[in-house]
Amino acid sequence: MSTVIEGARERRVLTGGIELCVAELGDPGRPTVLLVHGYPDSKEVWADVATRLAARFHVVLYDVRGHGRSTAPAPLRGGFTLEKLTDDFLAVADAVSPGKPVHLVGHDWGSVQSWEFVTVPRTEGRIASFTSISGPSLDHFGHWIKKRMSRPTPRRAAQLLGQGAKSWYVYLLHTPVLPELAWRGPLGSRWPKILQRMEKVPAGDYPTSSLRSDAAHGAWLYRDNVRSRLRRPRADAYAHAPVQLITPTGDAFLSEHLYDDLEQWAPQLTRRTLPAKHWVPRTRPDQLASWIGEFVTAQEDPGPVPRTRATGKHAARFGGQLVLVTGAAGGIGRATAFAFAESGARIVAVDRDAEGAARTAEMARLIGSPDAWAEVVDVSDEQAMEKLAERVAADYGTVDVLVNNAGVGLSGSFFDTTVEDWKKVLDVNLWGVIHGCRLFGRQMADRGQGGHIVNIASAAAYQPSKALPAYSTSKAGVLMLSECLRAELAGQGIGVSAICPGFVNTNITSTARFAGVSADEEKRRQKKTARLYGLRNYPPEKVAEAILSAVVDNRAIAAVTPEARTALLLSRFAPKSLRAIARLEPPL
Amino acid sequence: MASAAKSGHPAELRGFREVQSLAYACAEAVAAQLAPGVTEREAARMQREWLYRRGVRDWFHLPFAWFGDRTAFEGFKVPLQFFPTGRRLEPGMPFILDMAPVFKGCTADIGYSGVLGLDPVHDRLLDDLEAHRDLLLREVRERRPLREIYQDVDALMTRQGYANRHRAYPFGVIAHKVDRVRERRWSPHLFGFGTQALKGLASDALHGHRDGWSPLWSPYRFSDHPPRAGLWAVEPHIGFRGTGAKFEEILVVTDSRDPEQSAFWLDDDLPHVRRWAEERAA
Repeated sequence: MSTVIEGARERRVLTGGIELCVAELGDPGRPTVLLVHGYPDSKEVWADVATRLAARFHVVLYDVRGHGRSTAPAPLRGGFTLEKLTDDFLAVADAVSPGKPVHLVGHDWGSVQSWEFVTVPRTEGRIASFTSISGPSLDHFGHWIKKRMSRPTPRRAAQLLGQGAKSWYVYLLHTPVLPELAWRGPLGSRWPKILQRMEKVPAGDYPTSSLRSDAAHGAWLYRDNVRSRLRRPRADAYAHAPVQLITPTGDAFLSEHLYDDLEQWAPQLTRRTLPAKHWVPRTRPDQLASWIGEFVTAQEDPGPVPRTRATGKHAARFGGQLVLVTGAAGGIGRATAFAFAESGARIVAVDRDAEGAARTAEMARLIGSPDAWAEVVDVSDEQAMEKLAERVAADYGTVDVLVNNAGVGLSGSFFDTTVEDWKKVLDVNLWGVIHGCRLFGRQMADRGQGGHIVNIASAAAYQPSKALPAYSTSKAGVLMLSECLRAELAGQGIGVSAICPGFVNTNITSTARFAGVSADEEKRRQKKTARLYGLRNYPPEKVAEAILSAVVDNRAIAAVTPEARTALLLSRFAPKSLRAIARLEPPL
Repeated sequence: MASAAKSGHPAELRGFREVQSLAYACAEAVAAQLAPGVTEREAARMQREWLYRRGVRDWFHLPFAWFGDRTAFEGFKVPLQFFPTGRRLEPGMPFILDMAPVFKGCTADIGYSGVLGLDPVHDRLLDDLEAHRDLLLREVRERRPLREIYQDVDALMTRQGYANRHRAYPFGVIAHKVDRVRERRWSPHLFGFGTQALKGLASDALHGHRDGWSPLWSPYRFSDHPPRAGLWAVEPHIGFRGTGAKFEEILVVTDSRDPEQSAFWLDDDLPHVRRWAEERAA
């Protein structure tokens, strides 16, 4: 039975008759990050996160008693109480970081027990910060249930029943002998496959060969603590260190509502949400390492000047993520870059207009983006896009959210539209999106840790018009591409959304090409269109909000303006009416 | 109704400069007294009382105060929303004080933007207003139609990434003419505007309509004429994600053929101008 963590130094720590297997990585002189695993896991569940953190921190992991290569208490019953687990933690912390508090990170049962560590008086001064992932405090959980039982409003009752259903396995683990038999028998052998299929945990060297005994011993974690704590939760379970709560939104075992009242228990709380299933240490190591690193660094070195804080509505979801927006020098692109920046995302603003892109990046840094860069690229230029993708991957990392927004307008009858006109509009509107998806989408897929692609289509994608044959065709292509790509990437945790804004007050009108008319007439029509759009005055900021919501909810299509939504509805139920509208002369 | 400075003669402008300085002194004095918890209404009253104590009895419009995202006119739908509310100032909040006192028959109309504490976004907005002050003066000297200048200001705001917030003012004006106001013992207000000053504006509008110009500098067709000689209170107002900033001061337009003399800012010794000079020196 060997460890799968590369470069780890192992040692044994004795505590209350138990031998704990402790692994260390990185320079012991740096701040210590202590990773505690859950059930049914061993410390190896943290392997990918630990190696990513090791360059910056002194990373410590240990097998919880009865798991991995730590010894089990005898008898098992009563050997796994939270008090004893706290003894273990203190023993490890004293061994690896004497005299200096540690930064605690827990997943699943590792987080459940860490909540105990961070709320009991005897550990005060030993914990510098706590990052909790997928594991509530049993005491908070007890109060949460009591509150919902004592005044069961419909919403509270629904929350209670919802979590009750998600906790099915907890009841099973309380049955005697059966869980042990299952784990040592068929469940143990099938577990890796189940993890892969149900939880999307990548196959490989995990779980380790100690799984069966880990799971069998770990059942006592539940039996020794759950009932007693839920019945009589402590009233003083207040965190004495800053807490970062990372909530996987797709967790099959824990409801997001468990943490609704957490601010009362953890006064210094930072919330993060992650669109992933339960085993995030295996499926999203990059994101976890980045958030843990950021949080630890912020506690270690608060810095003299308070930095611009991300105040956006979705800061918990996008904080620290890398977002690339094309066509970011103005209009919807710029507004979207700003909205992501406000939510604390790092921004790559891409545009042909160097000055505009630089301005977007600069303002993004002012309103909450930890870092923002401008890149000057024409999205229709295949080679330039390929170079951009290489540059972004090398300098900034893999993009978490890609917004293909760059587009040009083109109006005029089909027979007035020249081949050059067609090429131009398809090159930017469709090929630009294809290049973006192809290059950055591949990087996302190769990384295998999820992501999201947003393609800005248009209401013209489903609302035909005699005045916009080329533009509508290009946008219909974008819409269908998004739908197909969504189907292909669904299994990899990468969402794809198509956004159909409608008439939005942006500069696209002033730069739109009008086929088949003189230069003067084109200018006149541009002005007239810009004026009409100005009268409609739908702000790009609202489209940006819709884009962020579409990413958060992973929506396939988001029609934004009321007219775009109406047209989408009609396209499904009364397409004839849209065909009638398509024949109308535009009022230019 | 004596018409103000068409020639831009210093003696004629002295009174206007005096009242504009007085108004800015008031804004600075009130801004220095603003503390967390002060409401917009209290801030407006502070301005009114400060100026009353110094002899101001009539107004082009009564003082306004906007706090927080109201500086960017977030969600303003009806003109009544301009009036001061019970919104309380908090640390880090931007604010704008806007007043138009009439003193010894001369009108001022000023806007003062500040922030309680530190806000890098607000600082940036204030810095970026400088380009608008330069652009306005340059294009007025070029005698470009007011409507076109308005559109150029709009385009600059868009390039900067800001929203044009003076569009929310009545008629979407970026500026309006001001003039001498006859001193009367009784000068009532109507919706916050002094009736004497309104009368002047109305008569200008009437004459202007006949001659093809308007005392309101707007994005509409009635402003499609070269700058008209007189005093214009110019107020570009930018908004950025819940933070707004503006300045407002008097631009003197004359009939002189010398470009330097054909248009100039009434006074360059104002808080925002001093601030830009200090920053350049730093």
